[in-house]
Amino acid sequence: MLEIRNLHVSVGDREILKGLTLTVKDGEVAAIMGPNGTGKSTLSYVIAGREGYEVTQGEVLINGENILDLAPHERAARGLFLAFQYPVEIPGVATMQFLKAMLNAQRRARGEPELQTPDLMKLVREAAAKLGVSQEMLRRPLNSGFSGGEKKRMEILQMALLEPSVGILDETDSGLDIDALRVVSDGVNSLRSPQRSFLVITHYQRLLDYIRPDSVHVMAQGVIQRSGGPELALELEKNGYRDYLAGEAA
Amino acid sequence: MMAARQETVARVEAIDVDAYKYGFTTDIESEKAPKGLGEDIVRFISAKKNEPEWLTQWRLEAYRRWLTMREPDWARVHYPPIDYQDLYYYAAPKSTPGPKTLDDVDPELLRTYEKLGIPLREQEILAGVETRKIAVDAVFDSVSVATTFKEELAKAGVIFCPISEAVQTHPELVRQYLGSVVPVTDNFFATLNSAVYSDGSFVYVPKGVRCPMELSTYFRINEQKTGQFERTLIIADAGSYVSYLEGCTAPKRDENQLHAAVVELVALDDAEIKYSTVQNWYPGDSSGRGGIYNFVTKRGDCRGRNSHISWTQVETGSAITWKYPSCILRGDNSQGEFYSIAVSNGHQQVDSGTKMIHLGRNTKSRIVSKGISAGKSQNTYRGQVSAHRRADNARNYTQCDSLLIGHDCGAHTVPYIESKNTSAQFEHEATTSKISEDQLFYAMQRGLTAEEATALIVNGFVRDVLQQLPMEFAVEAQKLISISLEGSVG
Repeated sequence: MLEIRNLHVSVGDREILKGLTLTVKDGEVAAIMGPNGTGKSTLSYVIAGREGYEVTQGEVLINGENILDLAPHERAARGLFLAFQYPVEIPGVATMQFLKAMLNAQRRARGEPELQTPDLMKLVREAAAKLGVSQEMLRRPLNSGFSGGEKKRMEILQMALLEPSVGILDETDSGLDIDALRVVSDGVNSLRSPQRSFLVITHYQRLLDYIRPDSVHVMAQGVIQRSGGPELALELEKNGYRDYLAGEAA
Repeated sequence: MMAARQETVARVEAIDVDAYKYGFTTDIESEKAPKGLGEDIVRFISAKKNEPEWLTQWRLEAYRRWLTMREPDWARVHYPPIDYQDLYYYAAPKSTPGPKTLDDVDPELLRTYEKLGIPLREQEILAGVETRKIAVDAVFDSVSVATTFKEELAKAGVIFCPISEAVQTHPELVRQYLGSVVPVTDNFFATLNSAVYSDGSFVYVPKGVRCPMELSTYFRINEQKTGQFERTLIIADAGSYVSYLEGCTAPKRDENQLHAAVVELVALDDAEIKYSTVQNWYPGDSSGRGGIYNFVTKRGDCRGRNSHISWTQVETGSAITWKYPSCILRGDNSQGEFYSIAVSNGHQQVDSGTKMIHLGRNTKSRIVSKGISAGKSQNTYRGQVSAHRRADNARNYTQCDSLLIGHDCGAHTVPYIESKNTSAQFEHEATTSKISEDQLFYAMQRGLTAEEATALIVNGFVRDVLQQLPMEFAVEAQKLISISLEGSVG
């Protein structure tokens, strides 16, 4: 379960999140929609612990524990996963090597024994096959020269391997064609479970045709303006975000 | 200013010496020459080694020449003037005037090498977990204290012994090749070395022989205020092959210690020499005090047709590194390679690179240099590639990448390219990058600590060079790079 309570965040002198409150229950898929530049990515970075953002007020809890004082890797070990809008290239580090480092880092943090290479390879190969990630891709340096679709599939593969309790998808649909969107969405849907919460951040309704949310939240001007069911997404698709931007223009 | 990077910088800055695990000293009595340098000292060293007259004269000529030379000042390194009269030029562990077998070696010395993880007892190696045999020549301050697997190597006709011993047993080979690659007049430090060199390794691989095991020399400076001047000479006769590894450590001392080595390689027709170095001399403490001054001349001569010399180096230690392992591509179709990882941290200063001198036809060279700078260090790649008029179809490929960690370090690239033959093709690529905030955050979001993430990214950066090292050493080198960048192991 993810709970965000009255979150205020500033970058320099500018307040970007202005008292945002949102709860995503176990088993729930919540979608946050909103216009560009409204702080959606800021929200995902702040939850994941990226430096450079000042939290002036509020709390973020994962399964009841406030995580705001934890380093990013400690939050990850608590079961938080962020699928990046722009996955990062790490030259010279084979994808398989990265996956091993990531899995074993989290296992160590939780006091579990590390996975040995043969077990790891088996685990990764099975998960990769489901997402259409080729063996050749696993040998290549992480995200180097991957297409947009390959990068997003790699994010979902990592999420499948880490089995987080809270998954945040930041604009996962950006840069995907319909076929890639379907593969990625199927991957996410197969990970839905009663113990897992998802926060899906998107600008367009399109993604929500594939990943059906339980709740939809409109974010603008640094707060949640309105919450509803899946039908809210359709309304936004029709009317746009105009109604929520009143007062911001001036 | 982003705090994640700040934190990494802080961690990297904390790396220093406290993490240097080879900083212990060995309490052993040693015999030293009187402090200072003069003809009497040169004669003293030569007499200690019971050298023939021609070698004594060779040393004296070098010494007289050295008096007329000036210390080079073109490198991007800064240090207070060295008082050459305030150094000891010869120090030998007292108990080992000339050990015949390991049983004659002072147990304290054996323990030192044990601590360093260098196996000197052959049986232990054979019975142990290590699957590959490595012959080791251990040099402690000014003398070689033990050489392993000599007999087994002798069966293959390979000579592997201290150079002081080779002077006695194979004077004709030493006389023919010593100074034939790095002449006594070559440069200030090489000339000084020629005058006062104390010991080092000698290797001769006969015609057509593939050396049956890795050869390795392990250098250890122990004494205070002692210069270490070792001299290594490796000759690969026609059609032979040898792979050689050199490792170095020194205790933590407050004063700077001088190390001025000369390494000469000679590859005759169709011969191949692979020379790898893992240099981990004491780098000095966090305020920049102490550490080794490493002024080294290493040169390989591809004298024969189709000969091949390859230098691979992993440099993590020393306060100052001044080092340019080079290849003279004299034989037609000969090949030279230089693969380098130079890590600098704290107040370390590195000025290193290579020279590829194309003299023969169809000669090829390849340079891959990876510099990693952290802390307040300065890391310079300096390389020269030249083609002689006669060097038709000379080819060079140079790739020179620098990685910066933090804000107070510097990376510099100084390539010199000179071609007197229009058919020569030289390519040069250079990049400078920083470990990005994005990469660190991405890896940390997946559960890696800042140190683990940095080590992973750095290992990716140096991967193509690590692959050139013999496998056992590649693993060691990887660990060493992590240690010198993290300070997490002490």
